[in-house]
Amino acid sequence: MANIFAFAEAREGELRKIAFEAVTAARALADQSGGAVHALLVGAPGIAAKASQLAAYGADSVIVVEHAAFDKYNPEATAATAAERIRSGGYDVAIFPTSALGSDLAPRVAAKLGVGLVTDVTAIAREGDAVVVKHPMNIGKVLATVRIASTPAIVAIRANSFTPAESPKAGTVEQTQPVGDPSASRVVVTEVKLGGGAKLDLGEAPVIVAGGRGLKGPEHFTLVEDLAAAFGNAAVGATRVVTDEGWRPHSDQIGQTGRLVSPQLYVAVGISGAIQHLAGMRTSKTIVAINKDKEAPIFKVADYGIVGDLFEVVPALTSAVKEAKARG
Amino acid sequence: MKIAVCIKRVPDMDVRFKIAANGTSVDDTGLKFDINDFDAWAVEAALQIKDKDPATEVVAISLGPDTVQEVIRKALSMGADRGVQLKADAVPFDGSAIAQALATELKDGGYDLIFFGKQSPDSSNGVVGTIVAEQLGLPVVTAISKLELSGATGTAKREIEGGQEFVSFPVPAVLTVDQGLNTARYPSLKGIMAAKKKPLESKPAQLGTPAITITALELPPERAAGRIIGEGAAAVPELVRLLQTEAKVL
Repeated sequence: MANIFAFAEAREGELRKIAFEAVTAARALADQSGGAVHALLVGAPGIAAKASQLAAYGADSVIVVEHAAFDKYNPEATAATAAERIRSGGYDVAIFPTSALGSDLAPRVAAKLGVGLVTDVTAIAREGDAVVVKHPMNIGKVLATVRIASTPAIVAIRANSFTPAESPKAGTVEQTQPVGDPSASRVVVTEVKLGGGAKLDLGEAPVIVAGGRGLKGPEHFTLVEDLAAAFGNAAVGATRVVTDEGWRPHSDQIGQTGRLVSPQLYVAVGISGAIQHLAGMRTSKTIVAINKDKEAPIFKVADYGIVGDLFEVVPALTSAVKEAKARG
Repeated sequence: MKIAVCIKRVPDMDVRFKIAANGTSVDDTGLKFDINDFDAWAVEAALQIKDKDPATEVVAISLGPDTVQEVIRKALSMGADRGVQLKADAVPFDGSAIAQALATELKDGGYDLIFFGKQSPDSSNGVVGTIVAEQLGLPVVTAISKLELSGATGTAKREIEGGQEFVSFPVPAVLTVDQGLNTARYPSLKGIMAAKKKPLESKPAQLGTPAITITALELPPERAAGRIIGEGAAAVPELVRLLQTEAKVL
């Protein structure tokens, strides 16, 4: 059977969680059909050292392409390199992440190869020669089953949909050269600004504490940040009103036009639950809502709602979570 | 400058969708439609360039049945100069089939910039702008939330997980627009009147052959009805207990 290709996303020399999710998804398909998993790892010189981590999640081989101009995301050269590898490697499925990088990269590769692509995929299966995937549409209110007739089929997976599972394989490293000159790309990432060191990303955090208009002003976001810190594994999000008002950066916005998130636990603080916002978080596993208005739509989706003044409830919850964590 | 903006007519999402009798499309009976938010910001981005340089021509392009003329007229009423409808019975689900038709229309247009919204909420694939750029051999920067142009080069900001990326690119280029780039202007009454007289050309769409097809649609199960567990800080111990014992997330 044909082999499966997985693009292993790295940033600043480290693999991102979705790289392991992509390899896990590829491994599951290969285990069904008997093919091998080949992961492509692109980065600055030294990135080859990370290949063994991909082997642990099921990469039979890791194609490593190192170049100084791969120190930041290099859209054109990465796309050319990935497309050429997929073309020559005889894969029937190529898996990419639906991340900021992957959403840019996957359609470039699909266009170069002239093949079918589905993004934001939550499940993958084979049906005869075709690949069949699940793809949420209409802000998650409709779930489509989509058949990809082309070979290869390009599938960009949604974050947190394929839980990384260890499955140690050889992970034989094959060093190869970029296609074209990565230093000559027309589109160049000149600078990357990352917010504070260990800050968890909304797409990856197991817990999200999000604040809305009920916080009354940017200075009160410390309440949300303190609760997030008490959980320890939480990211901070916000509603569109909050980001439009400039209380928080646009990158924190959860909703139809912002980030779509699906954490284990979502705590909505002072959020009424406009449809725009619900669209971005309704697939969270457990939803907690704290709001003073018992008629707020957020309570219709909240597993656990507390009606009350967030300025009293949130500090109490923060202390209680700290105590619970301390007790282990 | 000459700028194209590719826009899509999409349903309002604040409804409970129904699946059509064919099982593979959404029943659009009773749905309200408007221009996709991301596309409205794309129109605004083009118009802001035109505000600075009135010699700029802005062309709004939409693919689909005659109903898409509504969103083209909206773009014209915001200030675009002329419209093009690429006529098709329906908008395909496959972004590459759409991209083929748009690329055919755009390739000899002499455009300096081609704007798209980064994605539409209905099909939710977010691939059309990028595939058009690849087919035209143009550089593309996706999901931009800030844009500066200086002569034949531009710089843009992209939101990435936990930060931002700053990107430089040469013009001509394709740009896809994210939230945060701007706030779309409302059409003025004068703009709405003027739009009625602006040219809107209709021609058949040269659609590509789809490589992906929807074989089934389903409505995901609704969340169980919400539950209010108590009022005020007094409810916190019960919440923590439930998070530990029932939800097992703490």
